Amino acid sequence: MSGDFANLLADLKEDEVLKLTKERIESGEDPMKILEDSREGMGIVGKRFADGEYFLPELVFSGELLKQVTELVKPHLTQAVETKRLGTIVLGTVAGDIHDIGLNIVDFMLDVNGFEVHNLGVDVPKEKFVDKVKETKAPIVGLSGFLTPAFDAMKETVEAMEKAGLRKDIKIMIGGGQMDDEVKKYAGADAFGKDAMAAVALAKQWVGAS
Amino acid sequence: MEKQRADLSWEEKREERFKRWLSPTNIKFASPEAEKKYKTRATRMIKAIKMEIPDRVPVHIPSGSIVAYNAGLTLEEVQYNYEKIKPAWIKFLQDYDQDSASGPGFFSGKVYEILDYKVYKWPGHGLPSNQTMHQFVEKEYMKADEYDLFMKDPFDFGLRYFLPRSWGVFEPFANVPSFSSYQGLPQRLMAMCQDPTFQKSFKAIWKASQENTKFQKVEAECSQISLEMGFPPLMGGIALAPFDTVADMLRGTHGSVMDMYRQPEKLLEALEVITQESLESAVNMANASRSPMVFIPMHKGDDVFMSLKQFEKFYWPTLRKLLLGLINEGIVPMMVIDGSYNTRLEIIRDLPRASVVWTFEQTDMFKAKEILGDSACIAGNVLAAQLYTHTPQAIKEYCRELIEVCAPGGGYILSLGSGIDKCDPANLQAIIEAAKEYGVYN
Repeated sequence: MSGDFANLLADLKEDEVLKLTKERIESGEDPMKILEDSREGMGIVGKRFADGEYFLPELVFSGELLKQVTELVKPHLTQAVETKRLGTIVLGTVAGDIHDIGLNIVDFMLDVNGFEVHNLGVDVPKEKFVDKVKETKAPIVGLSGFLTPAFDAMKETVEAMEKAGLRKDIKIMIGGGQMDDEVKKYAGADAFGKDAMAAVALAKQWVGAS
Repeated sequence: MEKQRADLSWEEKREERFKRWLSPTNIKFASPEAEKKYKTRATRMIKAIKMEIPDRVPVHIPSGSIVAYNAGLTLEEVQYNYEKIKPAWIKFLQDYDQDSASGPGFFSGKVYEILDYKVYKWPGHGLPSNQTMHQFVEKEYMKADEYDLFMKDPFDFGLRYFLPRSWGVFEPFANVPSFSSYQGLPQRLMAMCQDPTFQKSFKAIWKASQENTKFQKVEAECSQISLEMGFPPLMGGIALAPFDTVADMLRGTHGSVMDMYRQPEKLLEALEVITQESLESAVNMANASRSPMVFIPMHKGDDVFMSLKQFEKFYWPTLRKLLLGLINEGIVPMMVIDGSYNTRLEIIRDLPRASVVWTFEQTDMFKAKEILGDSACIAGNVLAAQLYTHTPQAIKEYCRELIEVCAPGGGYILSLGSGIDKCDPANLQAIIEAAKEYGVYN
């Protein structure tokens, strides 16, 4: 049955997924199991995306399904959700840039793939990235940006990490709109990821979990 | 006897527009050289569009923020102090010997502020002063259950739903009954004018229109100057792909994705309505303009934004209909495609030969030439990232490669893949030099 649930979610069958979620809750099943299955379903979505079968709409829509399932399950959770995390990541759209579509997709794909994500949102000043890395000791930072002004903001954020003495302990990835390997070099980051699954692959590689 | 306009083929209608473009009326050129340059440039563009062989590859640098930064100004400065725009525009025209230029491409920060425009943020208004571009605030300006309202009466929807959500000054319109029925219309209009909240709005609209007059005067002067200096205007109007009208504006990315799954039929139906409206509006713009081109920035149909199947269902059919409508009016649609279209090239071939211009950003230009080379003019694709990070030598070399692959047989315009906010001016010069040095046809 759990395999069915994961597949229904991966196939984006909204009505069926929600119906089954309610049935499973009503039957008194451990809600944690439902969340685990959701995670499995999202894993399939991610794989299909990486394989070129799914595109951005499927990521966005599956995220919406996951949100709804989580909302249904939440009131029935008796214990705090404790999942084993592969690592911690600080994520945000750099200063001056207010785009969040890509950011949020990367956020939830990293999350469902087992990372603890601290999403600082959009238009994040470099100091805030530095503070969050200090606070969380995150070994990975993801900088998002859509437009050309983000090139300099990324560069400045990387330099701020350097100045704070954090650079040697962290890996920095960039992504979004007009970013590419040239911008990665320009900004002094470690990698450019072309999409959310590339971000997951990089993060896994950096924590030695691939 | 001359043929009736309705009997003309699209090529004949287009020739009329090209003729007007080539020989603009009521223009006093700055010099005989300027006039000669104008004709040479317009001829070069027209030949490239028609996939004939021009004297050399035309080159185009889009305006926008770069006009300010090229003159040592910021975007915030020019959008609030219009007197700085004209000198900056003249400098831009003098600096870059390109084959077309329309106008600086700014909006008035003051006017948008008075009207409380909520869809943009810009330096000095929601963005810090050092920001070089305005940014778009995506929201569900149309709710998921409002498709029927929108389709039944797009004007009413625009006035009482869309405007109040996107422009603060129009908020009171959200609370009035529809104006669509003529019965009692005078009374309803009077009641509206008597309402204190409307009086406040009307005052703001009046104030904004006063301010806008000042801004438009500068805009008009700039357009006039570019003509007089010998630059054919490029932008005769603007339209969006119908799907982008939904996904950029009405429903946003998230909303449009939900609709693709939850109410695809409604979405498709609305796209048809939008197609007709966009066509009419773009044709009107082009008719009022000196240029035969309609600019179509394209966003959410690219290789990663949707699958090929989704593109063929949601994006291409109504875009194609819009393009054919424009083409049939003798207008030249000029698309600028964000992201990449590597998997769409075969599909977008399906238009009359040499009827449009495709400007590509991240699309593989070699592949584009291979697939579209015998069907449409292509343009592009020096990237903003390259202009930021490369040397002039590297840019020039990249342009040489572009020209070598894309220019043979005609049908190529050397240009950027997107707009540019700021960069080393030498990098833009390198593009123009490359066109002149490597782009000459024998």
